[in-house]
Amino acid sequence: MNELHIPTMAQMAAEGKAPEILFWVGCAGSFDERAQKITRSICKILQHVGLSYAVLGTEESCTGDPAKRAGNEFLFQMQALTNIEVLNAYAVKKIVTGCPHCFNTLKNEYPQLGGNYEVIHHTELIQQLIDEGKLKTEDNESFKGKRITYHDACYLGRGNNVYEAPRNALQVLDAELVEMKRCRSNGLCCGAGGAQMFKEAEPGKKEINIERIEDAIEAKAQIVASACPFCMTMLRDGVKIKEKEQEIQVLDIAEITARANGL
Amino acid sequence: MIAQLVFLIILAAAVFLFSKNTGKIRRNILLGKDADRSDQPALRWKTMAKVALGQSKMGKRPVAAIMHLFIYVGFVIINIEVLEITIDGLFGSHRVFSRPLGSLYGLLIGGFEILALLVLVSCVVFLSRRNLLKLKRFQGPEMKEWPRSDANYILFIEILLMTAFLTMNAADYKLQALHFGHYIKAGSFPVSALIAPLLPSNASSLVMIERGCWWFHIIGILAFLNYLPYSKHFHILLAFPNTYYSKLSPKGQFSNMASVTNEVKAMVDPSFVPAATEPGRFGAKDATDLTWKNLMDAYTCTECGRCTSVCPANNTGKLLSPRKIMMDTRDRITEIGNNLDKQGKDFQDNKTLLDDYISREELWACTTCNACTEACPVNIDPLNIITEMRRFIVMEESQAPPSLNNMFSNVENNGAPWKYSNADRMNWAESD
Repeated sequence: MNELHIPTMAQMAAEGKAPEILFWVGCAGSFDERAQKITRSICKILQHVGLSYAVLGTEESCTGDPAKRAGNEFLFQMQALTNIEVLNAYAVKKIVTGCPHCFNTLKNEYPQLGGNYEVIHHTELIQQLIDEGKLKTEDNESFKGKRITYHDACYLGRGNNVYEAPRNALQVLDAELVEMKRCRSNGLCCGAGGAQMFKEAEPGKKEINIERIEDAIEAKAQIVASACPFCMTMLRDGVKIKEKEQEIQVLDIAEITARANGL
Repeated sequence: MIAQLVFLIILAAAVFLFSKNTGKIRRNILLGKDADRSDQPALRWKTMAKVALGQSKMGKRPVAAIMHLFIYVGFVIINIEVLEITIDGLFGSHRVFSRPLGSLYGLLIGGFEILALLVLVSCVVFLSRRNLLKLKRFQGPEMKEWPRSDANYILFIEILLMTAFLTMNAADYKLQALHFGHYIKAGSFPVSALIAPLLPSNASSLVMIERGCWWFHIIGILAFLNYLPYSKHFHILLAFPNTYYSKLSPKGQFSNMASVTNEVKAMVDPSFVPAATEPGRFGAKDATDLTWKNLMDAYTCTECGRCTSVCPANNTGKLLSPRKIMMDTRDRITEIGNNLDKQGKDFQDNKTLLDDYISREELWACTTCNACTEACPVNIDPLNIITEMRRFIVMEESQAPPSLNNMFSNVENNGAPWKYSNADRMNWAESD
């Protein structure tokens, strides 16, 4: 694989160019060490298929999603208006996000505030690229015969009815796909949504991510495929607490796709 | 003639009382704030037809779905029989539909009987699921006392009504066989024929039983009608408007508060002149801060607990139960309505939905995962109420949990929910 070349919107604009699609990295994808790997996988895929893209880099700011879910509408709208100003200044038309929360917010909550873009999640882009024949699973060995289960992210599945794209991205692998008992519209949350990621859980009998990883253990999955950096954190913590690190791997659909394509 | 008069008085009283109490619920719902749900009427009709009429969201639990379908279809279709009973009661006729309908009448009565039996069986199954099997979904701290009795009363009343209906038919069937009085040969009785042997065979006792059951059945139905406004069973009516006014946008989309947009825009651009909005608080502290749709949701809830049974917070032992959010909202707006009627509109009871009914611990346990809204068979949205109450706590009281305040200040200062410098935002591109 060639070295990653990651163009920013500012650089492209300076050259008088505009990319076909903006890759909205998101805060987790930018700062969280584990999620950074997902971000790089997405860039590898974009570069591999030769799609003209760019990121905002330091001009990107939180979409305001966690503030909004926590009830801080002021902060959300401040963030939204600032981001919309940047996006509109670059005349952005199409956005791919690395996170279901950014995806939902940009797609559904920005239009009313003056931000109208075509927004897709990276699993939807991957499915499109597979359908167009641009992504082939060249290295099929990595996942051959592996038991993989997909964990539905709430803001992708129930939130926006994206159930098939992540599954279709796994379908092309020579792997054994299994469903957990709670899946699709019945999927169980990882516990991070609604700004729970940034606070301790309320007192209870159990942590939600433990409850969820038990579903994966019950399904005897070797790989839990995720499509959200927050689910990633919660599920990995669950695996750790259950001491199943040897048996269960948590990977993002983008990482799986990149690896299956030898990237 | 006296019987007809008595019937007319009972019927008129029942209809009057029912309209009065339903009017109160309507008034209570309209105590909520405005919300525009008049867009996309075609899609709204479709949603109502699918979700309320077609019961499309019940299928996820097949046993309950089938039993509920029997009771639902039974209720709707047996109402044709109630129409006949009402006409008979008013005009002193007997089985007035039998002549005009001819042989179809036999088919109809036979169908009613089979449905009545299915309703009866379903109610017995439902009662045992609640009281013998003690299904977890029907337990829970909010399901004690009245809500628990309410559920049992409904099933019990339906059993009584169906038993009276079948016993009445059985007596009628026997009287028809005896060619007694005005009991003309009419109808077919596939179910009541089986219980007929249990009844006495002399005509005067049979007439007593037939009349007794007739009166019990129709007065029971009218009494049940008047029980509805006090009961979770009100869902049989509100399910229809409530699904019509469903949220049609994606579940993940939360409303953008226009009042906040005005303030934020004015902050960014001093020359901005905000559109007029009604003054009020941000978010919801009491039930009257919610929209009429939230309140209609609350009166539509039949406490089935599908929401709570799929709630990740509730599943892991947290205090939050979406069903309780709906029940609390309903109980509070009913209390506000009662105060209005008894104490006048200036009365303050110094209670609020927040804290007196719903605790902060419940509200902060929500992951906004939409499992509750997905599970609700009548498209109730507990998540919207939770969000509105969070908005009040955060924007009016500044009482968010400290860790969330940290997150807010990080977003405000660094543009990320964590304490990272924005200058480092692209560091991920360098390492591998």
